[in-house]
Amino acid sequence: MAKSASQSSSQPSFFFRYGPEITGLLALVGATLVFELLVRIGVVNRFVIPPPSDVILAFERVVVEEDILGRTGATAFEMIIAAVASVVVGVPIGAALHRSALWRRAMEDWVGAMAAAPIVLAFPLFLVLFGRSPKTIIVMAFFHGLAPIILKTIEGLSGTRKVLINVGRSLNMTSSQLFWKILFPSALPVIFTGIRLSWTFVLITVVGVEYLINLGGLGQLINELAERYDLPGTYAAIFFVILVSVFFFILLERVELWLRPAR
Amino acid sequence: MSAVIEDIRLQPAMVVDDVVKRFGRGDELVTAVDHVSFNVQQGEFVSVIGPSGCGKSTLFNIIGGLLGDYEGSVMIGDERISAPHPAVGMVFQEESTFPWRNVIENVAFPLELQGVPKSERMDRAHHFIDMVGLASFEKNFPSQLSGGMRQRVSIARTLVSQPKILLMDEPFAALDEQTRLLLGDKITQIQQELNQTTLLITHNLTEAVQLSDRIVVMTYRPGKVKRIVDIKLPRPRTSDVVGSDAFGHYVAEIWNDLREEATRGMADSESAAARRGSHG
Repeated sequence: MAKSASQSSSQPSFFFRYGPEITGLLALVGATLVFELLVRIGVVNRFVIPPPSDVILAFERVVVEEDILGRTGATAFEMIIAAVASVVVGVPIGAALHRSALWRRAMEDWVGAMAAAPIVLAFPLFLVLFGRSPKTIIVMAFFHGLAPIILKTIEGLSGTRKVLINVGRSLNMTSSQLFWKILFPSALPVIFTGIRLSWTFVLITVVGVEYLINLGGLGQLINELAERYDLPGTYAAIFFVILVSVFFFILLERVELWLRPAR
Repeated sequence: MSAVIEDIRLQPAMVVDDVVKRFGRGDELVTAVDHVSFNVQQGEFVSVIGPSGCGKSTLFNIIGGLLGDYEGSVMIGDERISAPHPAVGMVFQEESTFPWRNVIENVAFPLELQGVPKSERMDRAHHFIDMVGLASFEKNFPSQLSGGMRQRVSIARTLVSQPKILLMDEPFAALDEQTRLLLGDKITQIQQELNQTTLLITHNLTEAVQLSDRIVVMTYRPGKVKRIVDIKLPRPRTSDVVGSDAFGHYVAEIWNDLREEATRGMADSESAAARRGSHG
């Protein structure tokens, strides 16, 4: 008795350690079962929402018959190009705006408005400019992903604690050293918040525009399955997009952990 | 020849001569530091004490070279301080470790800027981390340390450049009294070991008496030197000294000087708050 008490006090219980994961999984399974029940007893129309069991069975068909790997590759390619470009362009623009108070005040509201604008709806304009090609999807996603990174870079650099800058000044650091060794690392957590927001926008835009112009990867697959009125297949494809986005964000988290081990 | 060496030895490490600093202009001109003069001898521990608003932090920034535009002079050797000087190492009141670097990377940072090779800078950083008593925390990040430990990291980071003068602005202000006394011991031990010339800016009476050879007492705004007190407590010194009669005598003596200034400061703050209240 005493032994088991000492064991339980020295080691956290299994449920304490994995409680959140188990609870989340049980909630998902519970919601699926509730939907299954509601559809089967006719409360929810099965021609609007198919039974979850049909969706699960449709996964195999969608993966095997619909060239899911090729389509995922196409979507991932567009996403990665747009996401990386928005970081590569957005961070320097944010840093430049941080340096100039005049330009920052002149541009910040416009960039904020750009972040809130439904750029997806401007697809006809981009189609005219770039044609019905992946280029259109990449450029639109890039523009949609740019604003959060610019805004969060400005916020992160401006939020650097004055005492850290004073440490740099007391060590006679050049402005370049001050930026790379103090301002930038200090701003990195906030910049990563911007990147997470940006990449969400990029993902939405890529899949959304693929759907709207019926071109490319997973968005086009959802469009095709919906037009065939293959509802279980459509929902299976939507869940597949969710899985891809989860993978995408786990990857980002790993990169963040590598760059900021002290989180 | 020996007379020349004697002259160099007796030459103060730093001379603060008739320093004046004003802020604002016209009707809103405020004199923060008013004709302040004192010097710090080689190896000496001097504290500047005064009530809030007496210009202590302004003086800290002037001596550290962060406020270059002032009247009078702060001299180190033949050089007038008007920008950060490598002879002065600054420790700030606020917690100033870099959260993205671990302890040894924090401490080695100034050496990295100087281009010291990695193995040498790690050796030197290790020596000073050991000196502040954090040898087993080298790989820890600041978020894993207590406030007192982080301040010790800041002190080690400043000492690693081996500055001629260690300039500290209330480095223990955010710490509890017991930690403050123990860190005071650590500072005294390091100062005695390195014969480190040190200037401490503080508003804490016991801390000033515990650590100092001399205390410069400042008046409330505008900040002038009210009196300079020699602290003749024996060295080597530890925090045990706070229980001695002599310690109590010095604290009482300096408090007599400070009470009037602190009262003026408090009355000033209250009337400013009342003015803000009536406008609000």
